Amino acid sequence: MKNQYEQVIGLETHVELYTNTKMFCGCRLSFGEEKNIYTCPVCLGHPGSLPVINKKAIEYAAKIALALNCKIKKYTIFHRKNYFYPDMPKNYQISQYDLPLGVGGWLDVDMGSYIRRVRITRVHMEEDTGKLLHKGTTGRISESEASIVDFNRAGTPLIEVVTEPDIRSPEEAKEYMIVLRNLILFLDVSNCSMEEGSLRCDANVSVRKAGEDKIGTKTEIKNLNSFKFLQKGLGYEAKRQIEVLEAGGKVIQQTRHYDSKTGTTKTLRSKEEAHDYRYFPEPDLVPIYIEDKMIEDIRKTIPELPYVKAKRFEKQYGLPKYDSNFLANNKDLADYFEQCCRRYNNAKNIANWIMGDFSALINKEKMTIKDSRITPENLCKMLEIIDKGKINSKIAKAVFEEMFNTGGDPQKIIEDGGLEQISDEGLLEAVIEEVIKENPGVVEQFKEGKNKAVGFLIGRVMAKTKGKANPRIVNNIITKKLS
Amino acid sequence: MEIHYLTAHQLKDMLEKRQISCTEIVKSVYLRIEEVGDRLNSYVRLEKESALSRAGEVDKLISAGSDIEDFMGIPIAVKDNICTKNITTTCASRILENYIPIYNATVIDRLESRNYILTGKANMDEFAMGSSNENSYFGAVKNPWDTDRVPGGSSGGPAACVAAGEAVCSLGSDTGGSIRQPASLCGVVGFKPTYGMVSRYGLVAFASSLDQIGPLTRDVEDCAAMLNIICGYDRKDSTSINVEVPDYKSFLKADIKGMKIGVPKELMVEGIDREVKEAVYRTIKLAEDMGCIVEEISLPSLEYALSVYYIIASSEASSNLSRFDGVRYGYRNMEARTLREMYRRSRAEGFGDEVKRRIMIGTYCLSAGYYDAYYEKAQRVRTLIMGDFKKAFEKFDILISPTSPTTAFKIGEKMKDPLTMYLSDICTIPVNLAGLPAISIPAGLSGSKLPIGLQIIGNVLREDNVLKAAYSLEKAIGFTGKPGL
Repeated sequence: MKNQYEQVIGLETHVELYTNTKMFCGCRLSFGEEKNIYTCPVCLGHPGSLPVINKKAIEYAAKIALALNCKIKKYTIFHRKNYFYPDMPKNYQISQYDLPLGVGGWLDVDMGSYIRRVRITRVHMEEDTGKLLHKGTTGRISESEASIVDFNRAGTPLIEVVTEPDIRSPEEAKEYMIVLRNLILFLDVSNCSMEEGSLRCDANVSVRKAGEDKIGTKTEIKNLNSFKFLQKGLGYEAKRQIEVLEAGGKVIQQTRHYDSKTGTTKTLRSKEEAHDYRYFPEPDLVPIYIEDKMIEDIRKTIPELPYVKAKRFEKQYGLPKYDSNFLANNKDLADYFEQCCRRYNNAKNIANWIMGDFSALINKEKMTIKDSRITPENLCKMLEIIDKGKINSKIAKAVFEEMFNTGGDPQKIIEDGGLEQISDEGLLEAVIEEVIKENPGVVEQFKEGKNKAVGFLIGRVMAKTKGKANPRIVNNIITKKLS
Repeated sequence: MEIHYLTAHQLKDMLEKRQISCTEIVKSVYLRIEEVGDRLNSYVRLEKESALSRAGEVDKLISAGSDIEDFMGIPIAVKDNICTKNITTTCASRILENYIPIYNATVIDRLESRNYILTGKANMDEFAMGSSNENSYFGAVKNPWDTDRVPGGSSGGPAACVAAGEAVCSLGSDTGGSIRQPASLCGVVGFKPTYGMVSRYGLVAFASSLDQIGPLTRDVEDCAAMLNIICGYDRKDSTSINVEVPDYKSFLKADIKGMKIGVPKELMVEGIDREVKEAVYRTIKLAEDMGCIVEEISLPSLEYALSVYYIIASSEASSNLSRFDGVRYGYRNMEARTLREMYRRSRAEGFGDEVKRRIMIGTYCLSAGYYDAYYEKAQRVRTLIMGDFKKAFEKFDILISPTSPTTAFKIGEKMKDPLTMYLSDICTIPVNLAGLPAISIPAGLSGSKLPIGLQIIGNVLREDNVLKAAYSLEKAIGFTGKPGL
C-alpha cells in the first residue's frame, strides 16, 4: 500500500428502554412471549387511535443524555418519519428530528495507552417497530413464501445515540460500544443486550489519507449486531474502501449490509434509492417542555458512573488501574466488591477472587454475580479462613465451587468435608516417610540435583492427604529430610 | 308535527311526561328511513335491530323510574369515520369496507353512558375529503330539499339524515367545514367546537391538527346539550385541552344586547351568491335590532387560507392514510406477488380519486426540497391567520359570515373541477386553521327553496358567545322550514 489511511467512524446506537409500558400506549413490553399479545389499537396503528407520551421514557432518555454529558433541550418535539414497511403499524415512525431531547455531549473511551473522547451529537427518542418473520429458505422478505408480523415489540421506547465521526478504528468502535453499554446498564434503564436486540448499532464509515482534514465519502453499515461483528464489519469495510481508493476508484455513498457468514459488506441501497422520510412535526402530540427542576431531579437519580467509580476504587482501595476498571465497569461486580470490602480488609484479595474464579463460574453459567448463591458474607468468611491458613489455595478453589453450587457456608463445607489443612508436622512427617520409602528412584534423582523431584514428592504427599497438607510445611520437611 | 321531526329536547319532555315511549321514537325514525332512505342514501349501515332492543331497555329504565337525561333513548346517527366497537367503520372507502373497530371512540363511550341510541353509520365523503358527499364508495348522498342536489360534505350523511328526519341528531367531523357546510346546505344546525374540546380518539384521522368532532342538530338547544356530553378532556388524546367544561345550555339566553359583531369583508366578497349575502345582511339587521354593534373588519391573511389549508391538510392526510396498506386490516389485493405490488394495488384499488389526489399533494409538499416552500411556509401563514383572528377578537365578541358561498349545487356540477369544489369551503376553512369554535344555523331559504346557512365564529374556548348569538338569532330568524320530501 502506497498511502497511510485513517478511518473515520461515527456510530448510531439504538437502545430499548425497559419502561413498564410502551412509548405511546399502555401495553406492556414483551420479552419473547406468545406473538401479538401485547398490542392495542394504538401500537397496532388502528384507525382513529392516538399516541400518548410515556413520561417514564422521557425520564429514562434524559437520564442517558445527561450521563453522556448532553444538554437537555427545554423544548423538544416529535416528528413523523414516513416510510412503508410491514413491521411499521402506521407506516410512519414517531421519532425526533431537528429538536431532539439531548445534544452536544461526549463519552471518554479508555484505550489503555490513550483516551478517545467521542463527541455525542444527539440523543433522541423514538418507538421501535414490530418483528418480521419470513417463511422460506432465505429469510428475506423478497424471497419468502409468506411473512408474519409480531407487533409485541412495536412501540417499545427506543433512544438513538448519535456520535460525531470521532472514532478512528474498529477497536475504538467496539470499545465505545462497551463503555456506552456499561454506562446505560449503570443507569438501570435498559438491559442492553445485543443478542436480544435491545442494543443495536449502525455505523458510518469513511477513510482518508493520514493527515487530511476533509472527511471522505462514507458508507452506512447495517446489521452489526454483536461487538465482534461491529469490529469485523468495520475492519472489512475500511479495507474495502482503501482498496477502492488505491485502485484509483471512488467510494460510492450507499448503505451496506454486513454479512456475518462471510464477514463482508454488501450493497443494500444507493444514495439515489435512499428513502425520503418526509419528516414533519407529529400533529397528534404536543411539544414537551422540560423544566430545570425536572432535569435536576433526573440528574439526582444518576448513580456514580463507571469512570468515576474506577478512579475512586484506585484511590479508596488501592487497587491497580486494571482491577478498578474491570470492577467499576460492571455495576453488579462493583456493588458486590464494595459489599465485601465492608466486611474484609484486603481489597486486592477480594478483587482477585471476583475477577478470577468467581467471574469464570458466573460466565460459564451465564448468570450475574447478583444471582449467584455466594453471599458477600460467605466469600469474606472464606477469605479469612484462607488467611488463617486453615485451608490451602487448592482446597479453597474446591470449597469455593461448592459454595457456588450449594450456597453453603464455607466453614461448614470445610468441616463436613474434613478439608481443613494439615499443618501438624508429626502427622505430615509420617506421610512423608511413607512417600520416601515408596519412591526410592525419585529420591535418588533429587540427590543427583534434580530439584523437580521435590515437586513430585510433594504431589504424592498431597494425594495421600487428599490435598489437605500444608504444602509449605511439606516442602520444608522433605527438603530437610533429604539433604 | 311528525315525531321524526321533533328535537331531542322536545322528545325528552314527552318521555318525561310519558306521552311517548323510546320504542315509538325509534320506530318512527326507522319508518322515516324506510320512506326516504333509498332516495337520500344518507346511511352506510343501519343498526335497526340493536336500536330497537336498546330502545326496549331504555323504556324499561324509564318505567323503573330512572331520571331521563339529555339524549337518553334518542336516535342519533354517527358519521362513519367515528369508531364504533364491533360495528363497521368504513370512512365510506373501499379500503375499509369491512373494517370492524375493536374499540369505541371516546365520544361514543360518552354517548353510550347517556343511553343514546345509534341509528346507524352515516354516509360521508371518503375519509372526509370532499364538499358534496359525492366522493363516497357507497354512492352520493342527496339533499333532502332537492334530491338532484348535493347535501354538502363531507358530513353529507349526518346533515341529510337530520334534515330529513332519519335521525334526531348526528355526530359529524369538521376539518375544513365538513360539519358546517353540509348543515348549511341541508338547513340544520352544525357546530365545530374549539380544537381540543372534543377528543379525537377514535375519529379516523384526516388532518390531525384540524379535525374536530361536533354535533348536527335541529336547533341550537340540542346542539348545546350535545356539547355538554361530547366536550371535555380525554387523556387518550394528547391534543385535548384540559379545562373545565361549562354547562353549554346555560348560554341559551336570547339576550345579546351590546354584543360586538365583526363581519370579515374577505368572507363577503366575490363568489358569494347574492341571495346568500342578502340573508347574512338580513340577519345582521336582526342583530342590530337586538342591540348588537356590527362593524366590518378586514382579516387580510384569509386570502391565503385555502392554499394553506390544502397544503397542511393534505400533508397530514398523506401520512395519516399511509396505515391503510392491506397488511393488518382493510382491503388487500390478493393477487399481488410482491410486497410493493401488494401495497400499490391495495391502495390503488382501495382509495378513490379525491383521496389519491390529496395523498399525492401531501406527499409532494412534504418531500425533501419542497418542505420549506410548502409545508413550512403554510405553517407560518397559518400563524398569521391565527394572528388576524386574535386581533379581531380583541375588538369583537363574534364574527359573522355566510357558511357556504352558495346554496346546494347540482350533483355532478363541480366534480370535474376540484378547485371550484374546494372554494365551497372558503368561509369555513379559516376557522379550522385557527382552531376556533363556529356554528352554522339556518338563515332562511333561497328563492328556489334551498336553505342558506349563517356562520358565527367565536374566539378560542368562547363557545359561550357563539351559542348565545346563535340561540338569539335562531329565535329572531324563526326558521321552521322542512324539506318537502
